[in-house]
Amino acid sequence: MKTNGGAALIKALELEGVDVIFGLPGGAILPVYDPIIDSPIRHILVRHEQGAGHMAEGYAHATGRPGVAMVTSGPAATNIITPLADAYMDSVPMVVITGQVGTAGIGTDAFQEVDTVGITRSVTKHNELVTNAADIPRIVREAFHIATTGRPGPVLIDIPKDLVDPTNPNSALDWYWPDSVDLAGYKPRLDGDPALIKDAAQLIIAAERPVIYAGGGILKARAAESLLALAELLDIPVVTTLMARGAVPDDHPLCLGMPGMHGNYTAVTAMQESDLLIALGSRFDDRVTGKLDAFAANAKIIHVDIDPAELGKVRRPDVGITGDCRLVINELITALKQIGAPEVQPDRSSWKSTISGWQEKYPLSYVQSEPGDLLKPQYVLEQLRDNTPDDCIVASGVGQHQMWTAQYWKFNHPYTWINSGGLGTMGFAVPAAIGAKVGRPDRMVWAVDGDGCFQMTAQELVTAAAERIPVKIAILNNAYLGMVRQWQEMFYEERYSEVYLSPDLPDYKMWAEAMGCVGMRVEAPEDVLPAIQRANEVDDRPVVIDFRTDAREKVFPMVPAGKSNSDIVVGPEDVR
Amino acid sequence: MSPATRHHILSVLVENKPGVLARVSGLFARRGFNIFSLAVAPTDDPTRSRITIVVDVESAPLEQITKQLDKLINVLQIDELAPVDAVERELMIVTVTVSADSKPELLSLTEEYSGVVLDEGGDRITVSLGGTPEALDAFTARMGAAVVGYQRTGRIALPRIV
Ligand SMILES: Cc1ncc(C[n+]2csc(CCOP(=O)(O)OP(=O)(O)O)c2C)c(N)n1
Ligand SMILES: [Mg+2]
Repeated sequence: MKTNGGAALIKALELEGVDVIFGLPGGAILPVYDPIIDSPIRHILVRHEQGAGHMAEGYAHATGRPGVAMVTSGPAATNIITPLADAYMDSVPMVVITGQVGTAGIGTDAFQEVDTVGITRSVTKHNELVTNAADIPRIVREAFHIATTGRPGPVLIDIPKDLVDPTNPNSALDWYWPDSVDLAGYKPRLDGDPALIKDAAQLIIAAERPVIYAGGGILKARAAESLLALAELLDIPVVTTLMARGAVPDDHPLCLGMPGMHGNYTAVTAMQESDLLIALGSRFDDRVTGKLDAFAANAKIIHVDIDPAELGKVRRPDVGITGDCRLVINELITALKQIGAPEVQPDRSSWKSTISGWQEKYPLSYVQSEPGDLLKPQYVLEQLRDNTPDDCIVASGVGQHQMWTAQYWKFNHPYTWINSGGLGTMGFAVPAAIGAKVGRPDRMVWAVDGDGCFQMTAQELVTAAAERIPVKIAILNNAYLGMVRQWQEMFYEERYSEVYLSPDLPDYKMWAEAMGCVGMRVEAPEDVLPAIQRANEVDDRPVVIDFRTDAREKVFPMVPAGKSNSDIVVGPEDVR
Repeated sequence: MSPATRHHILSVLVENKPGVLARVSGLFARRGFNIFSLAVAPTDDPTRSRITIVVDVESAPLEQITKQLDKLINVLQIDELAPVDAVERELMIVTVTVSADSKPELLSLTEEYSGVVLDEGGDRITVSLGGTPEALDAFTARMGAAVVGYQRTGRIALPRIV
């Protein structure tokens, strides 16, 4: 069948099962926007290309399917670099299509030309400049394969205009669809090496103070059930990193919650004191390890990851297993049972009671506000947590509000927590929540955002209002770039430099209303619940609640940057 | 570490496509891996190129370098060539000043190193010689102050036939 590059691109996306594209047209991508009119694929017109990228990420986080964004060349391509970098850091499957100037114009500084593949090389898992219209079906097929297999990540396809413009002979091709993908240089290993699995099983049954260190890879591998089976078989506690919140239900007795710089005392200290860390789909990020040579100094390490480069990158494992977390955990369970687990394990009752002792002694805590004072952010979060469905999806921005949400929410289901971990991208919450709601219209979706973050991507609420995507945004408005303020308070002798934002400039309620949303403002504790209840009832447009919160509140516990995890500061009274 | 132990040879088979060299060199730059020398050309199969990279393992463990390289989709195979298991060669062209007295000495030295004269004029001669990197080092050392300038290709290597 004779076709052209633009029509072939849309058809290829349909065959990949794409049901929604987040995008914004422009000159170089214009020809592709014509066949979209006749395609069953839904297109969501964003207000800024960064929004398209984060929406695609939110969609991918919530559904496990690759998010797709499409934008034009030049400034549009540069606008979507932040989401590419974000998806690269957090291993989010995403395919981004950028328009490019016509083949003859490449390299001439043509209007809206940038070297998109050059600029994005270090923030994509792979990228490709199409040089031949006939390659389009194959390249699309390969892009989805690469984005979704192995360690997932973003793939970018850059397509010159002449190859998609039906009036240009360069766009002609005979349609085909490859049955499968065969890339000589890309063969991710999925199953674990049986000998190494045996070694790991031996370490586990000999350990006296084991901890499972579960990372985002568990969710990417759809391995939450397997993980729980492993933990329950062996009765071993689990910490869930910022990227893995929800991988094990927070209500489960074996779940210790979040480790790291703002992790809870028990999760941090259990890792620190353990004699065996079973790292599953986690990467020994500096925000988790603190000062590296003081991290879990007496622990042996089992490290399982689909990306072999993670094994030994930061901490040398005693047993390093390359493979898909779900398969490897299942293989591990079989191997453990073969050698007599759980019965053959040492008595770990004193380790368990040490852990529960820490939990009792050092729970998360805050002091409720005095009458007339601003709201405590933790109080708002508790109210939100307790008055939304158990499977509500929560997205967040980056800053104090993100850490409080990660700490105070009860994540009892996988894929309910969506945030920017590796890159720490302010402005992530609003578009990510929109993308999540598009992917999971059956779920309630809340974003917990900071006032600073909100101002970076709020315009996407116009997109959400226009498209009737009823997300709900809780701004924890402390009138500050709060996380930076906290560091200046603690480490720069309260010399506040360029962190004040103002509580009412902009007026968030009016701004929300101007964008077609329901806007509310809440200042008193007794008004928190009614506002949440009212928001939960709105189902035809977005809602924004401006919660006025206390700027003096700080995120605790905290391991100061560069310090050992053993120097964890539990609360304000603990600050020297 | 001495240069000999710091420098490891990676023989990297890649797809012969635009941008592949940029992917490889960009990866080294971004991850802070140091390249000591690099040589690249198509192989007997024109769809493949071989990049011979001499890496400085003081900048990062070799294992991490090869694992990151291996993640590039266009990288097909990576062989680490320990000097004992590899045959290596490098090409150099070098211009030296000569006088009537020193010219015979230069010519015999060139012959000793199996080099050839490429060009001469006035008091200068340009010779080319191929050999092990150590042999090239030794040649330039013996020419001493007479060397006006030289250009080396960087090493190429293949595994020894066992
Ligand atoms: C794009 C971007 N710019 C700057 C930063 C640095 N940064 C981290 S948290 C933060 C403050 C965020 O302020 P806000 O959204 O109000 O959240 P809060 O900490 O007050 O809850 C800043 C500026 C960042 N992470 N991302
Ligand atoms: Mg703030």
